[in-house]
Formats: sequence, C-alpha cells, structure tokens
Amino acid sequence: MNHNEIDHNDPRFKIANREALIGVGLVIFNFIWWYGFAYGLGSTPPEEYTYVFGLPAWFFYSCVVGTIIMIVLVIIVVKGFLTEVSFEEEEETK
Amino acid sequence: MNWQVIFPLIIFVISIFVVGFWSSRHLKNSSNFLQEYFLGSRELGGFILAMTMVATYGSASSFIGGPGTAYTQGLGWVLLAMAQVATGYFTLLILGKKFAIYARKYKAITLIDFLRSRYNNSKSVSLVAAFSIIIFIFSAMAAQWVGGARLIESLTGLSYTSALFIFAVCVIIYVIIGGFRAVAVTDSIQGVVMFVGTLIILIGTIIAGGGISNIISDLARENPNLVTPFGHDGGLTPAYVSSFWILVGVGVVALPQVTVRAMSYKSSKAMHRALITGTIVVGFIMLGMHLIGVFARPILPDIAVGDSVMPLITMEVLPPWLAGIVLAAPLAAIMSTVDSLLLLVSSAVVKDVYLNFIKPSASSKQIKQVSFGVTTVLGILVFAMALSPPDLLIWLNLFAFGGLQSAFIWPVIMGLYWQRGNQHGALASMVVGVSSYIIVHNFAPNMMGVHSVVFPIIFSLLAFVIVSLLTKETIISNSNKLQA
Repeated sequence: MNHNEIDHNDPRFKIANREALIGVGLVIFNFIWWYGFAYGLGSTPPEEYTYVFGLPAWFFYSCVVGTIIMIVLVIIVVKGFLTEVSFEEEEETK
Repeated sequence: MNWQVIFPLIIFVISIFVVGFWSSRHLKNSSNFLQEYFLGSRELGGFILAMTMVATYGSASSFIGGPGTAYTQGLGWVLLAMAQVATGYFTLLILGKKFAIYARKYKAITLIDFLRSRYNNSKSVSLVAAFSIIIFIFSAMAAQWVGGARLIESLTGLSYTSALFIFAVCVIIYVIIGGFRAVAVTDSIQGVVMFVGTLIILIGTIIAGGGISNIISDLARENPNLVTPFGHDGGLTPAYVSSFWILVGVGVVALPQVTVRAMSYKSSKAMHRALITGTIVVGFIMLGMHLIGVFARPILPDIAVGDSVMPLITMEVLPPWLAGIVLAAPLAAIMSTVDSLLLLVSSAVVKDVYLNFIKPSASSKQIKQVSFGVTTVLGILVFAMALSPPDLLIWLNLFAFGGLQSAFIWPVIMGLYWQRGNQHGALASMVVGVSSYIIVHNFAPNMMGVHSVVFPIIFSLLAFVIVSLLTKETIISNSNKLQA
C-alpha cells in the first residue's frame, strides 16, 4: 500500500514546471536591473551623483523603480501566464 | 513608564489573544488535530497566505537589526536589503503548485514529512533534517526573543528580564491555544500593522529630517560613502552585496517556515493572489524599513546600539499615542516570526521525532498533550537562552538562515524537479551543506568576498548530484516499481 507514488506525467506538473521557470526568469531580470543601476550609476564619485526626488539616481532606479517594475511584472505574470489547477486528487479514480 | 506609548501596545496584544481563542475553537472541532495544529487544515486564502509569509519572514532582523545596520552603513545596506523582494514571488513560483500537490499526496504536515516521503521513507534523511531544524530554528528563535525583549525594554523601561518574561508568556500562550491557524491569522493582522506602521514612520522621519533632499545632503556632508552603494567605509563590495541574493532572496525557498506555508494554501487561486500581495508588501516594507534606518541618522546622530534605532526614531518623530500604535509593527514582526518558529520546532519534535521514532501508536489525546507540552517546554528553553543575549542579533539570525538553507535547498528543489535525486544524495547534500556551512562560517567567513552561505550551497549541490548519480541503480529499480 504505497499511495505515496507520484505520477511524473501528471499534466499539472507541466504547468508547475513552466511556472517555476518563469520564477527563475523573473529573478534573473530583477537581479540584472538591480545590479546594473546600482553599480552602473553608483560607481562614480558621490560628488558627481545626479538626484531624482532627492534620492541618488542609482538608488532611485535600482531600488525604487526596480521594486515597482517587479510588482508590475508579477501582476502581468499572474494575470496572463499562470494557470489555475486543482490540488486535490482526481486521478486516483483513473 | 510612558503610558501613552504602552496603552496601544496592550490593546494590540489583547487583540492577538482574541484571535488565539477564536482559533482554538477550530482546534477543538477539528477531526485531525495534527493537520489543524501544525497546518491550519490547509485552508489559507491568498491574503492570509501572503501576509503570513511576509510576517514570518520579515523578522526581527528586518525590523530591528536591519534598520540598525542601515543606520550605520547608509544606502548600501538598503540596496542589499532589496534582494528580499525576490522572496515575494520566487518562493511561491518555485515551490508553487508542485509542492502543494506533493504535500497533499504525501499527506505531509511538515517539511520533514515531505522529505521522508520523497526519499523512500529514509530514516536517516528525516533524522538529519529534524536535527538541523531543531538546532538552527532554535538559534533563530533565540535571536528573535532578544529583539522582542529589547524592544519592550526600550519602550517600557522595564528590566530586560521582565520584558523577556512578558514577551515569552504572551507568545507561548497564544501558540498553544490556537496553533497554526492562530499564528497565520495573527500574522495577517501583524502584516497589516507592519505595512501601515512602515508607511507612517517613514513619512514622519522624512518630515522630521526636512525632506528627502535635505536628509541625503546631510548624509553626504557627514560621510559621502553613506549615499553610495558601498557602505560607510567602502566595505560593501558588489560581490558581497550580490551574494545576499542567495541568503535572503532565492535561498529562502528552503526555509522550513516558508515551505510549511507552501503546504497550507487552499487553492491555486489563493497562491496567485498571494504572489501579487506578497511582492507588494515585501517590497514596500523592506524598502521603507531600511530607508527609515538611514534617514534616522541626521535626525538622531549619536545612537550607539543599532538595534535601538527603530524604537528611538519612532518615539522621536511621532506623537506618543501614534508611536505606540506603530511600534506594534516591529513587535508584530518579532512575535509573528517567533510564533511560527515555535510551532515549527514543536512539529519537528512531535511529528518527526516522537511519532516516527518513539511512539508511532500514540492516541490522539496523547498527541495533543505531547504537542502542548513540547511547545511549552521549548518556549521555556528559548526563554532561558535569551536571558543572556548575544550582542549582534542580526548575525545570529543570519547564521540560522544560512544553516537551514545549506541543509534543505537541494533536497527540496531537486526533490521536486529532478526525478533521479535519491535519498543518498539528499542525505549527503544535507550533511555536506550543514558541516561546510559551520566550517566556512567559523573559519573562513566571507571567503572570496561573498557571504558564507554561497560555498556550502554549491558544495551541497555537488554532493546531491554526484551521490545521486553514483547510487543510480536504486533509483532505476524504484522508478520501475512506480510504473509497475
């Protein structure tokens, strides 16, 4: 009586795997944006900094805009790319 | 005693207890005590799910230690803290549906249940896992209790010991009466308090500092490094800061307190809603809290203990009654982390050690008594440990984070996404991860300029893959069995 078996061809797993890849994609994008602006703009001497809304430009684009962009991307992903599946067991009867 | 500050805090604590009692009704009526006490019967909706993840994860280090370090380091530390935005979406997308489906199929209540079922009921896997959870979560908890007690101490003027005692009694009682459901629901209240509290303190601080431009130029005048990404003495290198993406960003996927929440959602719809809410709330709270730490510097230039920046700045910039309300935010953060950790260690002891190895035939009444007893004893033990607190809250907490991640990241992720991974690989990966983390942390911290967690995670991946591949035969025969 081993009902711990997992059916690896479960169609729900295809969806789950795709969504995990989306997660990895989002993190990579997030990191590049964060790193690029922080060290791209932030590496100049502080006297040469430009400021947006009183914050140094590197910080504004990397941390403030970066966070807003990630929120927007997550909303787009959830609304447009994720599929609802049931977590309950239907295939037991199969 | 400053009653105007304390009064709102007392109201807050009372409302937490009301939730505890409300949840205890579920606990009494539930047919499956373990499932309800440790998992809230898998009924979490999107909002509660998002909030409980944020509140559990947004701990003393992000509310007390984090802003304190930001106060010292400047904007560079805020940059580092923003790696945590990833946790909002990454954990839910990676563990996501697959973990929920596995957990239901395995009838798993704890992370260890999942690991045991996935890795052929291996006893050694569950023992090593239970051991790591008990050790590391325990030290994380102690760090949180110190934070909670310090906060109450600085607000009320009580001695550290009495503050700790009040804090401990509150937490233990409401975890015991309500279980996971109480923890998750109070987490949501606490999450909302944290969110609103951050907003109010941030606005108050900006006004007190005379506007953002003014604060930033004050900072630059004091030390130009404070407005660069490199920290007050230039010590925050890009490699070091980036390595925090592993520790506080993606690695969070493997923390047992996070995985257990990924077992508890009601439906995939709840998970989708939690993705959005979670990302917004994490992003806002992390940015706001750490900025407050930095912005506090020109207003209160001579704070010696970083941990006291949050309470001090709040009382400085807000009227007392409002300070009392929003100071419930850090208290909320600490309590909501501690309560879930307490429940988690209890579940490891009761479910994974007692029921698996000591008394598998325990009656439900016995399970109940043992669960309550274990929770109480653990609470008292942590109290004893927190009595003589270590100095640097944040490092103790991060030590636990890294240890748990080194132990669990590959057994969890590869367990879900790599069919060939087997119990030998998982065991090797946990042993290599934890031991190399302890060695690196103690003897070669920040090896090659990155945080101590990076190399152990690489080593444990290698161990997992190599050992799994070397012991391939077992797997093939098992998967044959599966298809048969």
